[in-house]
This record gives sequence, C-alpha cells and structure tokens, in this order.
Amino acid sequence: MLQQLINGITIGSLYALIAIGLTMVYGILRILHIAHAAVFVSGAYLGLLAYTYTHNLVLTLFVAAAGCCVFGWIIQRFLYTPLLKEERIVPLIASVGLYIFCEDLFRLVGGPYIRAFTVKLWFEKLVFWGTVITSQQLLIIFTTAACLGVVYLIISQTKLGLAWQATAQDMDTAKAMGVNVKQVVNFNFLIASTVAAIAGVLTAINYNSVLPTMGSVPAYKMFAIVVLGGMGSIPGTIAAGLIIGMAETIMSAYFGFIMPRDAIAFSVMILILIFRPEGLFGKK
Amino acid sequence: MSLGYFSTLGTFIGIYIILVLSLNIISGYAGQASLGHAAFFGIGAYASALLTVKAGLNFWQALPLAMIAAGAIGALVGIISLRIKGDFLAVTTIGINFVIVAIFEYSEFFGGAYGISGIAYPMFFGLKIKKIYYLLMVAGFAVLTALFSFLVSKSWMGLALETIREDEEAAEAAGINCKKFKIIAFSMGCGFAGLAGVLYAHFMRFIAPNDFTFPISITLVSMMVVGGIGTIRGPILGALILAALPEILRPLANYRLLFYGGLIVLMARFQPQGLFGKNAFILRMLFRKDTKKTTLPDNGKIAGRAV
Repeated sequence: MLQQLINGITIGSLYALIAIGLTMVYGILRILHIAHAAVFVSGAYLGLLAYTYTHNLVLTLFVAAAGCCVFGWIIQRFLYTPLLKEERIVPLIASVGLYIFCEDLFRLVGGPYIRAFTVKLWFEKLVFWGTVITSQQLLIIFTTAACLGVVYLIISQTKLGLAWQATAQDMDTAKAMGVNVKQVVNFNFLIASTVAAIAGVLTAINYNSVLPTMGSVPAYKMFAIVVLGGMGSIPGTIAAGLIIGMAETIMSAYFGFIMPRDAIAFSVMILILIFRPEGLFGKK
Repeated sequence: MSLGYFSTLGTFIGIYIILVLSLNIISGYAGQASLGHAAFFGIGAYASALLTVKAGLNFWQALPLAMIAAGAIGALVGIISLRIKGDFLAVTTIGINFVIVAIFEYSEFFGGAYGISGIAYPMFFGLKIKKIYYLLMVAGFAVLTALFSFLVSKSWMGLALETIREDEEAAEAAGINCKKFKIIAFSMGCGFAGLAGVLYAHFMRFIAPNDFTFPISITLVSMMVVGGIGTIRGPILGALILAALPEILRPLANYRLLFYGGLIVLMARFQPQGLFGKNAFILRMLFRKDTKKTTLPDNGKIAGRAV
C-alpha cells in the first residue's frame, strides 16, 4: 500500500507539473491549450539532446526550459493572440492542428522509435521497511515540489504575480487599471512552458523513454485534471493532479481489470463534476 | 483507382457528412461544446451490430432502434449539460468519449478489444446489394440529414436554439424553455450520429472500440470548423475536404500528417469563420458581384437574434 502511495505521488506530481501550464494558460487566455502537450514533448527531446552531450542534469533542464519558452512564446504570439476574439472553438482547433503537426514533426526528426533516457544519479534506490523509492522518484518529487514552490512564490509575492492574478480575474478591467496585459501574457507562457519542459524531462527520466507520441495521452488527460481543479486555480490543479495520479495507481493496482488507466481519470472527473459543476477548487 | 476504391471513399465521406451535420446541430445551432461525438457514432454502430448479430434483427429493423439508443444516451448528456457548462462541458464530453470506448473495450458483452465481426450486409428484397448502391444509400441518408438540419434551422426551434447559443440568460428571460431545447438538440444530434454508426457498422461488417476513439471526435470538430460552423454547406464541404485530403495527400506519403496538421493551423489562423462560413473569402470571391445580396440575409438574422 505504501509502495502504491509513493508511485501514485510520483505520477501525480508529473501530472500536476504538466497541468499547471494548462491551467495558467486557461486562467489568462481562456484557451484549451492542447498544444501544451507538444511543448511538453519538445522539452523531453531537447532534454535528451542536451543530456547526451553534456551529461549534466541541471544544464539539461535549463536547455529544455529555454527551448520550450521560445516555442511557447511563438505559439502565444503568432497563433493564440490573433485568435482571441474568435469563437472559443477556433483556437482549440488551431491548437489541435498544431499538436498533430508537431507530433509528426517529432516523428520525422527524432525517429518513430522509443529512445532511452537513462540518467545516472548518486544512488540507485532507497529501501524503507520493504518500500522501494528509486532515485528517479525522489528526483521527481523534489523537483516538482521546488517548481511548484517557485511558481507559488512568483504568483503570490512578486509585482508581476499580482498583475497575473488581476489579469486572471478580469483581463479588461486589469487593462483599464494600467496592468501591462501583454507582459502578463508573455510571462504566463514563459512559466507554463518552463514547467512543461521540466515535466517533459522528468517524465522521460521516469519511464526511461522518449517517443513522438508520449504527449498524446497527457494532452487529453490533463484536461480532466485542470477541470477537476476548477479551471485556472493553481492549488486546485496541484491537488487534482495528485488525486488523479493516486486514483490511477491504486485503482489499476487493485482493480486493474475493470477499466483502462486512461478512463479512470475521466470517470473520477465526471463523477465529481456532477456534484460540483465548478470543479473542486473553482469559484461559482 | 477503381470503382470500388471510389465507392468506398465516397461511402466514408457520406458517413462523415452525416456525423458532422449531426454535430453541427449540437455545436453550431445550440452552441453546446461536444468533443465526444465519436462516442455516439460508436453507440449507433454497436447497437445495430448487437441487434443484428445477437438478436437476429435485419438492417432496417435495427436502424431506427440504434438511432433511438444513441439519441437516448445523447439526451442524458443533454441533461448533464444543464448542470455543467462551457469549457467544463467540453472536457466532460471528452471524458464521456473515453469512458464509453473503455466500456466497449472492457466488457465481454460488447466483444472486448476484438470488437464484433460478422455483421450482415444489408439486403434489399432478399438481394445482397453492390457497393455502389450502398454508396447511393449513404448519399441518400446524407441528403436526408442535410434536409433535416435545414428544416430545424428554419423552424421555431432553430430560432430558439440560436437564441440559446447567443445568450442563454436572455433566452430564458424571453420565455424560451432552454432546458427542453438543449436536451432535444443533444438527442437529435446524437441520434443522427447513431445513424452514421449503423451505416458504418454494416459497411465495414466488423467494428472495434478503436474506431470510435477521441481523435475521431476531434476530426469531426475540425471538419465542422474548417467548413464553417453553424451553416449547412460548411459541415458538408468541411467533411468532404478533410476526408478526401489524406487521399489527395497520398503522394506526400511520410509527410501526410504534417501537412494535415499544418493546414488545419493555417485555416484556423487565417480563416477562422471556416472556408465556407459566413463572410468567408472563397464565397466573397465567387459572389463578388452580389455581395450585398449575400450579406443582407445575415444582417437580418442578427437583427432577428436580438428580439
């Protein structure tokens, strides 16, 4: 049971990391950003490239984050911002198209096969009373906690974070009050893409694999998490990521034959939404 | 490039047209997000497959029953949509797609991951029909669906749905029973998706859960948006173009999906109303002389909406 809990927390933190970016983009632009999964996969590929040359994990994360920031900014500047006034479904379709495009691009550039991403850390695993924690799991849990802490501090303590909060509540009013909305939107994509890049590298390390389609399941499952957390609420998303990660691990360990893993997240989401239509942490 | 190839491609395009038109009733007319339409396509296909293979009915008996089954489950989603709204509804419909495919895949009753095989080809007066006649039948159903959509859009209900799409609170204040109309829109749209499912199941004669997954739903939404949401020509032409595109792009072989995705991005970016939607540049080019005539009815509609 404790073992499943640890596996669940690991998966849950990865989910939370990916979903944070989505919830931030939704919070500001009200766009369902499916192409976020493409940013996530590009983070994994860039990370793999950097790691094979440098064998330095910190540098790897840095390169992946920088690359993804550029990618995220391009998506924001040239695809989403011009489409903000259109019907809500249009940016969604643009995002889906971009995701299909990128997935195929990764296949063409990176090859259609699985590439290994083996990272050597100081030790292999820790064992406490029969419970195994691998060094990768520890790395993931600590990095996630650090990332979330930094995001929280930026949002709650800095001036830019305050502007972010104001814009998330009401973009037009924030603009009228003199908030530099353009800057907030850029900053938003910067953080979202950085966190996605880190999530991509960590996911690749966790499964020891990088492949073109590694984003396809997260692309859709993340929405269950974002919705469950109340769309645009950061603490809600973190909680929902952990809940879904645990529910999946525990349910597939004990009643794995009833449902495939990917349907569990959505079943949990539908059940909760029927009773709380605004999500767990959403405001009415 | 034989006749068989073209009639198969034509049949698929016809099925896509029915699906996109039915989705358009929900998303285009009533303005309700639905990103899980493939689930209802699947419900129609499975219902008809089970009714013919296990219960021994024939194609023509199974067809209306399968449509009713898909429509009834669609009505349930309509009831859910009364409580869960906007983007939450969009994501919930994604979830419904995943859950329904999981049910098909994991239950013995629906044949599990192997699906259902040995579905009978439809018979006319005891005669097995040729592929080309099947194509004609699908085309006939597609025309019926288009006609039905047209009648709905011109009816009082069409107006009510349009009001709900533009402003639900105002519609409620004007005395429109939003709940009733939303549920009806969902059950009609899903019922016709069920029809497409029946046509698909009896054409392929073998169905599996993979035929109805979420990417299919996304394809349908893309077709609707590329064509022009809320119109009738839009979904038809969108389905035609995007269903034929992979075949046209066949010479590009390895780069097909790259171009497909890229074209959707460019389309959404530069022609967001859809290629054949209101005020689309293709239509403006074609009817440059009588632009006044084409814009006036639209303005009339907008004026009508405010009432």
